[in-house]
Amino acid sequence: MRLLGGDPRGAAEALTIPAGALAVSLTLFGIFVALAGANPLGVYETIYSGAFGSWFSWQNTLQRATPLMLTALCTALPARLGLVVIGAEGALIIGALATVAIAVVLPGVSPWIVIAAMMLAGMSAGGLWIALAGGLRYYRGVNETISSLLLNYIAIAVMNHAVGGPMRDPMVLHRPSSWHVGERNMVGLIPGMDVHWGLVFGVVACIVTYVLMQHTVFGFAASIVGGNVRAARMAGAPVGRLILVTCFIAGAAAGLAGATEIAAVHGRASTSLVVGYGYTGILVAFLARQNPLAVIPVAILFGGIDAAGGLLQRWHDLPDATVHVMRGIIFLVILASEPLYGRFRVFQQAVVAPSDGIVPTEAT
Amino acid sequence: MEALGWWGVPLAVLGGAIRGSTPFLFVSLGECLTEKSGRINLGLEGTLVMGAMSGYGVSYLTGWPWLGVLVAGMCGMLLGAVHASICARPRVNDIAVGIALMLFGLGLAFYLGKPFIQPKAPRLPAMQFGWWSDSPQVRAALEVNVLFLIGAVLAPALLWALYNTRWGLALRAVGDNADAARTMGYAVNRVRLLGTVAGGFLAGIGGSFLSLYYPGSWNEAISSGQGLMAVALVIFARWDPLLCLVAALLFGGAGALGPALQSVGITSGYYLFNAAPYVLTLLLMIATSSTQRTLRGAPSELSVTK
Repeated sequence: MRLLGGDPRGAAEALTIPAGALAVSLTLFGIFVALAGANPLGVYETIYSGAFGSWFSWQNTLQRATPLMLTALCTALPARLGLVVIGAEGALIIGALATVAIAVVLPGVSPWIVIAAMMLAGMSAGGLWIALAGGLRYYRGVNETISSLLLNYIAIAVMNHAVGGPMRDPMVLHRPSSWHVGERNMVGLIPGMDVHWGLVFGVVACIVTYVLMQHTVFGFAASIVGGNVRAARMAGAPVGRLILVTCFIAGAAAGLAGATEIAAVHGRASTSLVVGYGYTGILVAFLARQNPLAVIPVAILFGGIDAAGGLLQRWHDLPDATVHVMRGIIFLVILASEPLYGRFRVFQQAVVAPSDGIVPTEAT
Repeated sequence: MEALGWWGVPLAVLGGAIRGSTPFLFVSLGECLTEKSGRINLGLEGTLVMGAMSGYGVSYLTGWPWLGVLVAGMCGMLLGAVHASICARPRVNDIAVGIALMLFGLGLAFYLGKPFIQPKAPRLPAMQFGWWSDSPQVRAALEVNVLFLIGAVLAPALLWALYNTRWGLALRAVGDNADAARTMGYAVNRVRLLGTVAGGFLAGIGGSFLSLYYPGSWNEAISSGQGLMAVALVIFARWDPLLCLVAALLFGGAGALGPALQSVGITSGYYLFNAAPYVLTLLLMIATSSTQRTLRGAPSELSVTK
């Protein structure tokens, strides 16, 4: 599970296998674009420069990585308890709706207070949304994967209902949208960068939850529940509370993604929130092997691929969906590389052979 | 709608249910087969859209919509084979692979389908069961597409096959207890491969319905999540193909309720009707799940029912 620190051979394994899988996926993708008549090397070069080639593209990449970091946490944290939650899309939407609602009921208040209230409202709403899935799992035995999937669709319907009626701003004509949270309440850019503060929220959330899950009693208890619920219960771990709290934090992360999408990007809720951040986040979590710290680089990688999409169309005359094909290939190949962990001798911890009182020798 | 007034509502819902349920029916029958083998394929949304794109493309290029349906099914088989062969490897999570396949299928369909957004392709035929009536509403409601009829025959046929054939026994054995099935001499991964490939075939056909019958064109917003929702539908139907038919009609009908009520002047709550099947499925799961045992009818090897 650990990415950095601990056993250096394990860290080498955790870097080498994904890198190898990435090389395989890029080769497959190269064949794919070659079939379409484009020059694979030129396409690689374009993707690199569009994603990480300049300060400008880096900023674009980081901006797109922000919601992915937060939605990935929604899957990565419950995974410690052995739960597979796929409800980030719904938690993001509900968080965004709560953000708009709180901003509208606080007119004339200082922007700082409104921004704090918006973030808290988004996090609480998203948190409760996923805690509902966790609670149903613990108290009623309802499978959390299916319930969180259903909750995604219920959230989309609730949003469509809200922006089409109770929360509709009649001044916006091109698509049903909610009221605006107010220009003065918008979260600004990080000084010196063209990236909004959501990036800081995302990185901090990943670091904080990493510490929580890896270096606290809470995280330790959670991983015991993930290992064996019955053993955890016998050891006196408060299983129900661990599930509820972890799911709340997970949903709060996705809700925060919704809050920043509103308060830093869109200003109002509409279907432009439903662009699959939740589903990409699930895969970011799996590719980061459910490690909150590893979520950061993986999210940046996929933010970069996303950022390069427009350039491929402009420079190589490839459809903008080309990067989606690339993303899909990378996801599939990395997931298929999972069984390779522990298969290479180079990465194994040197095992001390049982010896008969003689000097221990390294196993061969 | 004036001529019939309020009577138009159930009639429009009936017609809409048959039309709207067809993609649900095929995808859920496919998902049912896959889940019976003990694996869940969340990638059928990608399969559905790939089916819609390839079916439309082939129908446009050859002029034969039924060839489009066949090719759509074959694309689904390919995607199913990818899912099954990755999941056959140890320690691979079938839920994650499914979502990856969904995003891959969507991306590939949008990539390859770019040239087919504008042109008009020949569509699938419909049967006119309303010839006896003068009322255009009755005629519209009883215009039944052929794929629905095929699906309605397929559902009981699959139920029979699951419980009365060697293939059905193998599928259920592998889904209920892989170790026991292995002892009985079944090649677990091969049976699951066949279950997933067959499921992909049906889901691909469900996709071709979207582009070749209703709404009857190809664009990037063709699916409204029917592929992903089929997973919920199969649970709602308790892994029973015949109940899949009932559930598909219910899901399709709920989608048709909003527009039907709108035509008689009820416009609020349009989207909440769309959410009704999902709320209903969740309530059903809450009512019937238990922390003590798995759901009745569920294949016990399935990760989401453990």
